[in-house]
Amino acid sequence: MTTPDPMAEIRASFFIECEELLEALQDGLTQLDSGEADDETINVCFRAVHSMKGGAGAFGLEDLVRFAHRYETVMDEVRAGRLIPDHQAVLLFMRSADVLSDIVRYSRDGQPIDTGAVEPTLRELEGLVGGPPEELEEEVTDFQPLTLDLSSGDTSCDTSFVVAFRPEPELFRSGNEPLHLLRALGELGDVSTEPDVSKIPLLDELDPESACLSWQITLDSNRSVADIEEVFEFVEGLCNLEIEVQTGPSDAGSVGLPSVPGLPDLIPDLDGGDAPEQTPFPEMDTPRPRLTLTDPETGQTASCVATDPLSQAQPPRSSDAPVQSAAAPKKTTVRVDLERIERLVNLVGELVINQAMLSQSVARAGLPSTSAVVQGLEEFMQLTRDIQDGVMMIRAQPVKSLFQRMARIVRESSAAVEKSVRFATDGEATEVDKTVIERLADPLTHMIRNAVDHGVEDSERRLAAGKPAEGCITLSAAHRSGRVVIEVTDDGGGIDRDRVKAIAIERGLIDPDVALSDSEIDDLLFLPGFSTAGQVSNLSGRGVGMDVVRKAIADLGGRVSISSTPGEGTCFSISLPLTLAVLDGMVVNAAGEALVMPISAIAETMAYREEDVRPLGPETQVLHIRDSFVPLLDLGVELGFRPPKPSYEGSVVLLIASENETRGALIVDTIHEQRQVVIKGLQESYGHVPGIAAATILGDGQVALILDPVDMMANAVGRTRPAVSELQAAG
Amino acid sequence: MTERGAQIADATERELLSFRVGGQEYCVDIMSVREIRGWTRPTPVPRSELWIRGVINLRGTVLPIVDLAGRLGIAVEDASERNVIIVVHVRRQTVGLLVDAVSDILAIPESEMRPQPDVTSNTNETFIKALTIIDDRMLRVLDLEAVLPDSTRDAA
Repeated sequence: MTTPDPMAEIRASFFIECEELLEALQDGLTQLDSGEADDETINVCFRAVHSMKGGAGAFGLEDLVRFAHRYETVMDEVRAGRLIPDHQAVLLFMRSADVLSDIVRYSRDGQPIDTGAVEPTLRELEGLVGGPPEELEEEVTDFQPLTLDLSSGDTSCDTSFVVAFRPEPELFRSGNEPLHLLRALGELGDVSTEPDVSKIPLLDELDPESACLSWQITLDSNRSVADIEEVFEFVEGLCNLEIEVQTGPSDAGSVGLPSVPGLPDLIPDLDGGDAPEQTPFPEMDTPRPRLTLTDPETGQTASCVATDPLSQAQPPRSSDAPVQSAAAPKKTTVRVDLERIERLVNLVGELVINQAMLSQSVARAGLPSTSAVVQGLEEFMQLTRDIQDGVMMIRAQPVKSLFQRMARIVRESSAAVEKSVRFATDGEATEVDKTVIERLADPLTHMIRNAVDHGVEDSERRLAAGKPAEGCITLSAAHRSGRVVIEVTDDGGGIDRDRVKAIAIERGLIDPDVALSDSEIDDLLFLPGFSTAGQVSNLSGRGVGMDVVRKAIADLGGRVSISSTPGEGTCFSISLPLTLAVLDGMVVNAAGEALVMPISAIAETMAYREEDVRPLGPETQVLHIRDSFVPLLDLGVELGFRPPKPSYEGSVVLLIASENETRGALIVDTIHEQRQVVIKGLQESYGHVPGIAAATILGDGQVALILDPVDMMANAVGRTRPAVSELQAAG
Repeated sequence: MTERGAQIADATERELLSFRVGGQEYCVDIMSVREIRGWTRPTPVPRSELWIRGVINLRGTVLPIVDLAGRLGIAVEDASERNVIIVVHVRRQTVGLLVDAVSDILAIPESEMRPQPDVTSNTNETFIKALTIIDDRMLRVLDLEAVLPDSTRDAA
């Protein structure tokens, strides 16, 4: 792809389309498996495979065509109701989809295809319908992505066609060039072209934008009518095209293009889209000598195959064709350089900040709220917000594609260790920043493999424990507290903590007589060089441990945590920030600094009341709220901005409730306002700062830090009472 | 000020931006300087090194501010309106250096650069690439890579 080959670009977009089609295929198969399928589902699957086959044919990707063809043949049986797929068949379909996506990938990267996986799957597929399908005809591999009917091509030898081609003015307006079409036609066989110049009016009556020329082409070719129509595919509806098949050999002279020398070459240019600039006559108010283009040319055409709409002339298509075109506009994408989006995101961020600054200065100017400026500003704010949402949406993608990849990991890894595992997903529509999705694939793959290998028990042990033989792994995604939480849950035996501890001791990772809590033992899994696999299976235990997972997640600014119940299963939870997103935050003040607390983390705000606070320990206190006690933290102290104050009278308390049930009461000096802030990364220049998620820029142009309440509480100092020594020093 | 610009152009001449920090004169390669800004109060970042003053808003980017005097071990003074921030770009990182004042732009031939003498007890020796003498004043050429708070440097 180093050369600026236009084909390369088309090829690239074909592969992008393939990704979309594979996704649709996966969707359909999942529906089939879950029993939610209707008649349309199998059609969707079929069309996906079929479209890939069509495109692949155009690019000469024979392996892809071959597999897709056999695959769709089996699906066609299902479509026709001759084959009712059972669970096994659907699983086979899924495996086939995996193979298909492999072939697509190999084809894209120009790598040789691993036939070892392809052939058995093909044979299994054929086993469903009893024998291989008839081999593909040459016709299909030709550029005919939409045509299914294998026998559609009339492959007659050297037929003579008479093609009457009369462009409409729209043809030129849309930038088409009859000369190219005629040349393309010339490549199909021997042609002789007869321009019809009779419609050209006198020069002073000539409307440069009208189409005055038409051609009569006699073509001797062994191609089909469809081939000829294909030449005119892009001008469909922009011209009047008639193709007549003559039985006898053409008696017309078979020499070159123009029989009026020089003129046809000249005329298309004159007639073309750029004609108005070239012609010495500007727009004149002459009556347009419009051609009555719909006039049938009775003189020469004995049997009129088709008039205007080109489609009528096409060979009968198989029943799927109309449905296919109906499905086409379902999802269209534009490929945009990520950098451009990035730039847009940054610009919008600045727009938001600018707008905030503007509002502040308008507020300072003390204009009445009825003034035009204030009202205009309000509309401006609304627009800014809309633009911002829109731009953020460009980058956000549903995690669905990621989850589908994981479905495959489950299928493959469960087959490798011979376990029966069902894969369920939840929250596929949850949108996450594209880069996050991309970088999540590897750690998630590893976690899923771990869950299959170590999490889910084998069937005997499951049955013995009174569970269904089939294990279940659930992958879920959800937005929580301004973060995305992705959970991998299995219903296996849970973490064998005694064994984990024994291994850690054996590997010298921990001291033999150290006392560890359950969660501390669970955390041992994240130590480098830890692997619980008794025997190294070919799945996990390849030296890549959970420490790599944790590192990858931490690089994304996320956290991994484990919760496990013996006998019931394990849940790995990844909490990720919504990078580049906007955040609804509460701007608060602590020790003279403005800070932003995500609204989603705040359960309640209340005034500080001395009588609700109980001392606990020498320097810590708890807040008594409605029958429960929560630790009391001073934001200023936690950030190291000030020592604890002797009295917090007059302060405000934010009650924090986070995704993992941690609760805390955070003392702040004042609450400023509630507003939307643009997240600016701190990470690049600082690395991870405990308790801080990111930064933002407030209306006054100052940078304010965005707090990460969970992280802050995990690292809390907890001091809300000055130590005795400090009191003495102060007093 | 004398006519330093009149110095003989050397093929290996380097252009340097000189500035004062804690009463001493330093300079950096002018190619790494992006801009010079007036003083803006930085937002402090908790649990950061003492010589990191915090972050400021540089046209929508969060820019960390290094208190160069503190970093060089000279002194951490309270910054004021008189201070200046030199925005430098090194190793794909943009950082603001808080200095007392910017003095001059100098063209110094490579041959005039002297290695600094080996004084092991000098704490800021690692931050200085070379020394040069201009008008009998010693000018320290700052090694920006050593000054910058870069977490990736340890890994590399």
